[in-house]
Amino acid sequence: MTQEQEIFSTSAYLDMELLRLTTAGSVDDGKSTLIGRLLYDSKSIFEDQYESIKATSEKRGEEYVNLALLTDGLRAEREQGITIDVAYRYFATPKRKFIIADTPGHIQYTRNMVTGASTANVAIILVDARKGVIEQTMRHAYIASLLGIPHVILCVNKMDLVDHAQNVFEGIKKDFEAFASRLEINDVRFIPISALNGDNVVDASTKMKWYTGPTLLSLLEHIHIANDVNHVDARFPVQYVVRPMSNEHHDFRGYAGRLAGGVLKKGDSVTVLPNGFASKIKSIHAGTAELEEAFAPQSVTITLEDEIDISRGDMIVKTDNVPQSTQDVEVMICWLNEKKLQLNGKYFLKHTTRDVRCVVKEIQYKVNISTIEKVEDDKNVGLNEIAKITLRTTAPLFIDPYKRNRITGSLILIDEATNVTVGAGMIV
Amino acid sequence: MKHLEELESESMYVIREVAAQFERPALLFSGGKDSIVCFHLARKAFFPAKVPFPLVHVDTGHNFPETLVFRDELVKKHGVQLIVGSVQESIDTGRVAEEKGYNASRNTLQTVTLLDTIEKYKFDACIGGARRDEEKARAKERFFSHRDEFGQWDPKNQRPELWNLFNGKKNIGEHFRVFPISNWTEMDVWQYILKEDIEIPSIYFTHERECFLRDGVIYAHSDFMKLKPTEKAEKMTVRFRTIGDMTCTGAVLSKANTLEEIVQEVASTRVTERGSRIDDKRSEAAMEDRKKAGYF
Ligand SMILES: Nc1nc2c(ncn2[C@@H]2O[C@H](COP(=O)(O)OP(=O)(O)O)[C@@H](O)[C@H]2O)c(=O)[nH]1
Repeated sequence: MTQEQEIFSTSAYLDMELLRLTTAGSVDDGKSTLIGRLLYDSKSIFEDQYESIKATSEKRGEEYVNLALLTDGLRAEREQGITIDVAYRYFATPKRKFIIADTPGHIQYTRNMVTGASTANVAIILVDARKGVIEQTMRHAYIASLLGIPHVILCVNKMDLVDHAQNVFEGIKKDFEAFASRLEINDVRFIPISALNGDNVVDASTKMKWYTGPTLLSLLEHIHIANDVNHVDARFPVQYVVRPMSNEHHDFRGYAGRLAGGVLKKGDSVTVLPNGFASKIKSIHAGTAELEEAFAPQSVTITLEDEIDISRGDMIVKTDNVPQSTQDVEVMICWLNEKKLQLNGKYFLKHTTRDVRCVVKEIQYKVNISTIEKVEDDKNVGLNEIAKITLRTTAPLFIDPYKRNRITGSLILIDEATNVTVGAGMIV
Repeated sequence: MKHLEELESESMYVIREVAAQFERPALLFSGGKDSIVCFHLARKAFFPAKVPFPLVHVDTGHNFPETLVFRDELVKKHGVQLIVGSVQESIDTGRVAEEKGYNASRNTLQTVTLLDTIEKYKFDACIGGARRDEEKARAKERFFSHRDEFGQWDPKNQRPELWNLFNGKKNIGEHFRVFPISNWTEMDVWQYILKEDIEIPSIYFTHERECFLRDGVIYAHSDFMKLKPTEKAEKMTVRFRTIGDMTCTGAVLSKANTLEEIVQEVASTRVTERGSRIDDKRSEAAMEDRKKAGYF
């Protein structure tokens, strides 16, 4: 680590974009080592953290400092030597700030990968070069595609154990492409790496001259993410009604929320759902500042020209572009709980800022995650399983297909008895 | 969108969810920079209305006097309600026993006072300024963190948290801790303070103070810590990177006098800010254990 004091540029810092990424791999594919390597080589590790893992490595009699320890979390995990839950890591380079959702690879923790994947721009899927594409790899790719992660990077790790051979890498690439063609992933990249030695992670490998693509970090710094948000369909779920009731702002009635898609400008003609009233945008506020326009994913407060009764859970949209309003919703559901999904069962449902209840009308089919085949004869949907179902809600939802908008296209189901989140749904 | 704007938007969204989903929320306010940023975000989230919940300060009785002055001025300036939970009172009423010895701290005692305060005012959601980059147990914390009726955190049984759908449903007696700036790093916080020109307590800036050295940490000399025979207090030019109570917050030697200088210093520092927090050093899993018991 360098000690020299570079002058830190605040203007450059404020100019960075945020990239959210998730990592997936089977146990021992080298995920912790890779993340540790990214953190270490990008100089995001502090001395006291490094000293602490160095001491632990020595105590355990390991030959070199085990970078995987950097991402070792809770005591329970340390004792069992596994990662049990999603952990978030942060690092920045002069180009971007990164949030890593570090999720474990075990089959039984699919729910964690779904959690980490839900907000990710990029999924890094790890494959052990000696093993190639295995069932787990396909599960991870399927989940990445189901959760609509815009970019997937397949890292073929442990290249040092296969003599850095190009044909091994190309073979794995071909296998993965064959499988991925059946999924909806728009952007897949492949990188041969050695997380342990650092080849092609931050620094280009000298042992794989045949690979001319970017290193992993360079790709993460440059991959185009500005279009990962929907800029077309203006959707403003009302989150909270701001009523100051003070003398100074006596008549102020603002609708606070975070744009779930598109752009809203002062003067735009809007419709308020569900009641369908039309009005125009009078002003847009961000704290004390007034804006001419707001775009996703900004948090703002909006006022309208007309006095309309609007409350949390309503949605303000442009009059010429409205979402579907319906009580019958088809979703791909990922089940997150030991207690099975109940046909005809009732659940709380959260969609944007809207709370309703719903009943499960139909379980159409289950998906075999490893083969992506439909299973029609077994309708038992248990923990970590994925199915297509039909829901009927107590009040209309204002929805877009998940593929079009990850915010207005997603919902969660909550068990009415335990209040636990049991299902993650993507609207078809 | 730039990253700090995106983080700000995310945090405002989370804070508004709290106001919308809970009946009696509160903001845990320590007087440190993270809770100050949370309060600033809350003001922005509800402007031009006032922040619709009170601030709660768990007062260990071992605060830096500068922090208390700052707190009282902020409360007056913005017209918010302040509720103080007193650790001294918990000691006086026998709810907790004071630690003994040179390294005695009221840090762990705070948990009882905090939980008592939550129970007394029936708070159902407490907003805190914790960040996931601070410490490894925090790295697994949700935005909406469920606590059982004993105020305990169960890391193995956390609710999945997907997209921006936060599930604040709970049974009677349970509550939530909510961490709007989960995704911020120390640098983000400083840059934001600089960008938004947010006021912070004077002890974050360089000043002369009577300090002493113990186990490699610089402590402020105060009535709350007894010097060992080998220790000697002397004047040093220091500032604080975090603000906790005087018995567990270490100072750093620094001449940083402006926010710009602090940012430069943070950028070149090679030690984590919690490295100067003695509360974490007690054992490798100190934070995790305290969190399970109901700590912040
Ligand atoms: N030879 C070699 N070993 C690696 C590489 N990456 C990881 N490993 C080793 O593989 C084992 C599992 O790695 P770890 O990062 O703990 O895997 P995880 O379970 O996916 O987090 C450890 O012994 C690592 O040292 C690599 O690129 N080459």
